[in-house]
Amino acid sequence: MTELRQRTAREPDAPTEDKELESEAKVDGETASDSESRADLVAPPAPVDDTPEVLNRALSNLSSRWKNWWVRGILTLAMIAFFFIIIYLGPMVLMMIVMCVQIKCFHEIITIGYNVYHSYDLPWFRTLSWYFLLCVNYFFYGETVTDYFFTLVQREEPLRILSKYHRFISFTLYLTGFCMFVLSLVKKHYRLQFYMFGWTHVTLLIVVTQSHLVIHNLFEGMIWFIVPISCVICNDIMAYMFGFFFGRTPLIKLSPKKTWEGFIGGFFATVVFGLLLSYVMSGYRCFVCPVEYNNDTNSFTVDCEPSDLFRLQEYNIPGVIHSVIGWKTVRMYPFQIHSIALSTFASLIGPFGGFFASGFKRAFKIKDFANTIPGHGGIMDRFDCQYLMATFVNVYIASFIRGPNPSKLIQQFLTLRPDQQLHIFNTLKSHLMDKGILTPAAEDE
Amino acid sequence: MLELRYRGGDPGPGPGLSPPREGNAAGGDHETESTSDKETDIDDRYGDLDSRADSDVPEIPLSSDQTPEILQKALSGLSSRWKNWWIRGILTLTMISLFFLIIYMGSFMLMLLVLGIQVKCFHEIITIGYRVYHSYDLPWFRTLSWYFLLCVNYFFYGETVADYFATFVQREEQLQFLIRYHRFISFALYLAGFCMFVLSLVKKHYRLQFYMFAWTHVTLLITVTQSHLVIQNLFEGMIWFLVPISSVICNDITAYLFGFFFGRTPLIKLSPKKTWEGFIGGFFSTVVFGFMAAYMLSKYQYFVCPIEYRSDVNSFVTECEPADLFQLHSYSLPSFLKAVLRRETVSLYPFQIHSIALSTFASLIGPFGGFFASGFKRAFKIKDFANTIPGHGGIMDRFDCQYLMATFVHVYITSFIRGPNPSKVLQQLLVLQPDQQLSIYRTLKMHLIEKGILQPTLKV
Repeated sequence: MTELRQRTAREPDAPTEDKELESEAKVDGETASDSESRADLVAPPAPVDDTPEVLNRALSNLSSRWKNWWVRGILTLAMIAFFFIIIYLGPMVLMMIVMCVQIKCFHEIITIGYNVYHSYDLPWFRTLSWYFLLCVNYFFYGETVTDYFFTLVQREEPLRILSKYHRFISFTLYLTGFCMFVLSLVKKHYRLQFYMFGWTHVTLLIVVTQSHLVIHNLFEGMIWFIVPISCVICNDIMAYMFGFFFGRTPLIKLSPKKTWEGFIGGFFATVVFGLLLSYVMSGYRCFVCPVEYNNDTNSFTVDCEPSDLFRLQEYNIPGVIHSVIGWKTVRMYPFQIHSIALSTFASLIGPFGGFFASGFKRAFKIKDFANTIPGHGGIMDRFDCQYLMATFVNVYIASFIRGPNPSKLIQQFLTLRPDQQLHIFNTLKSHLMDKGILTPAAEDE
Repeated sequence: MLELRYRGGDPGPGPGLSPPREGNAAGGDHETESTSDKETDIDDRYGDLDSRADSDVPEIPLSSDQTPEILQKALSGLSSRWKNWWIRGILTLTMISLFFLIIYMGSFMLMLLVLGIQVKCFHEIITIGYRVYHSYDLPWFRTLSWYFLLCVNYFFYGETVADYFATFVQREEQLQFLIRYHRFISFALYLAGFCMFVLSLVKKHYRLQFYMFAWTHVTLLITVTQSHLVIQNLFEGMIWFLVPISSVICNDITAYLFGFFFGRTPLIKLSPKKTWEGFIGGFFSTVVFGFMAAYMLSKYQYFVCPIEYRSDVNSFVTECEPADLFQLHSYSLPSFLKAVLRRETVSLYPFQIHSIALSTFASLIGPFGGFFASGFKRAFKIKDFANTIPGHGGIMDRFDCQYLMATFVHVYITSFIRGPNPSKVLQQLLVLQPDQQLSIYRTLKMHLIEKGILQPTLKV
């Protein structure tokens, strides 16, 4: 925010500007100078140093540079510890945390939009932004709830109606917001209002869809949530360390601190980390099993027979490595092979999300998204590399691991007309018989 | 580009960026690199533009009058006001006849038409973005915008093709591969575009580039999703495409006529020409029109049947047993209508009742799409989206009210008419693991036997 005030204060020809705008004032009702000066008055104050008092006192004797480093380090450890606690507490708490992170990220980006456009005073707009967030969340959570809580929903009559007409209800809610936006257009602020409308929608597209894909991945099994996120975090930290110790060649003009050595070192370190982490986690059922909602106990359970992906198998080592290591075969989980793909994406493409956020911050002349975490900036600063990871994991699971959700298919099947059901049933039957999965003898039982 | 030169050449009242000021500012600027002063603040120049009120924004120049020569000669005798009215009228009739011609030519031509309109709308909105931000010279950006359009279209068409052409697709090996990994391939293509965008960020143009990126994405969200919903509605049956679109067109025309003859009370400040009389008159006439159009179209199998692709004839066919929705039912009239019409019952197609809902939406909420477009044009100081159609403006000008209609029809169909698409369910079933398929088969069999749809096989 200091940059913004500096920029507006630095215009020595502001007086001439005001004069010219005042002459236009006779034509329009309100002048641009009015909105500018008002914006100066109501611009939010520069953020003060948010470091908690505790840390300040503990580190008061160190020099300012080391103090910053220590603050960052302590906060990093605090966040990682927090992450472990949440994992321990279970899927329900994880989902709530994801939702809170989503809301905070949305809030941060929208606040930046307000600051950029000095649009605190636009009528309705803050209400409308939060309303759209609510609508889109309602739509996505409704779809998820309908899929995963199918039996619970069928039992309760009001829930059943809500889920049957879910799309229509969501669309109506969105339409109401749209009509309110159109009715709230004020004559001198059309452009600002359209900008904020566009800004809100792009933010929703980024933040809300990602968070829902994260929750979908979570329902596949907590390992699909933990391994990708840890790979991105590990890549961040490792690339920083490698860059710190060995960094020479700059990587990209957008982020002058990143180096090729950090990039490549981070890549290899992340792949190794992903292999080790998936080996450790694949042993435990609570990570590997899909999250299911148990109607009887009214809670989430993670109990199942681990699928093929999470059972140790023998792999033959190719001749090259065989001579080096001296082992003929190695026992690995198939999931570890997938984790190589996930780690590769996290190290090679994940940083582009970070560059995108850096470019965004430079474009709008802000140093950090917000000041939520001392030493680190806002929540978005921590999550910018995760941006693409969630989508990739979701697409990866859908394409390579398993296809569509069987329970969802059964549910869709049951809503079809009888003749359509029969047609599908017969096609499936002939397909199964062709493949030999179904034998006529077994069929007649 | 005219504005760019005008503003740069103007000494005093430029948007606060005259050269001497830049010299003083460069020292205190937080940009550490010392670059030429004029270039440093391109972002600032357009950034300040954003936070100003509308009055400060220069108008975008209009293209020259594009009325074809023929019309000019034919109407040279009339005064300019009537000439404009005649041009609009002739073009309206031309567009309506073109519409009928394409309907006659069949569903495949309709799909091509929808695709063509979508591409043109995208082009118009993107061009406005270029003109607003004077960003013709941004490196790569035009290529990237069209690339994103291609990616999103590939994704959506792939999903549609997989659903509706299931039998055709099963035959070809390469297509099978493409369908199976379709989401992954689409995502990879999109990612490539995203990475190209990040790599193309140029130091002095960050803000402009981000604006164009966001502009492209919002435009894609609007135009591409709508056009694909239109095509999905089309596959349900051409009547689901024709009745909504003609209701919106009818509402436009009748609201205009009612407003012309009876209009007194203005409706909304955004569009000063609209009146309450036009709005309400348009509503009633659109409901009546929709009712009658539904009655006439429901008789023909050509309009009513879902479109299917037959692999033997390699073309689209619309042949089926019309659903319950399109068969005449007798409804008993409520008593007050009985007295007026002196009939006990009336035979209607159930679809006509649905058409009332569609027409109501077209007349009450459809205009909000028009107001949105009017607000957009005022915000960016343009008179029309483009000059494609003489007398009417661009394609977007004609389609702005249709904007919400396609989504509404799609949501209406999936919520009230029928559930999910059976061919999609089948396709997903065939992709599952064999053991999952077997367990689903058993569940389905039990369910069908329970409902009596399937007779249990007798043991011999």
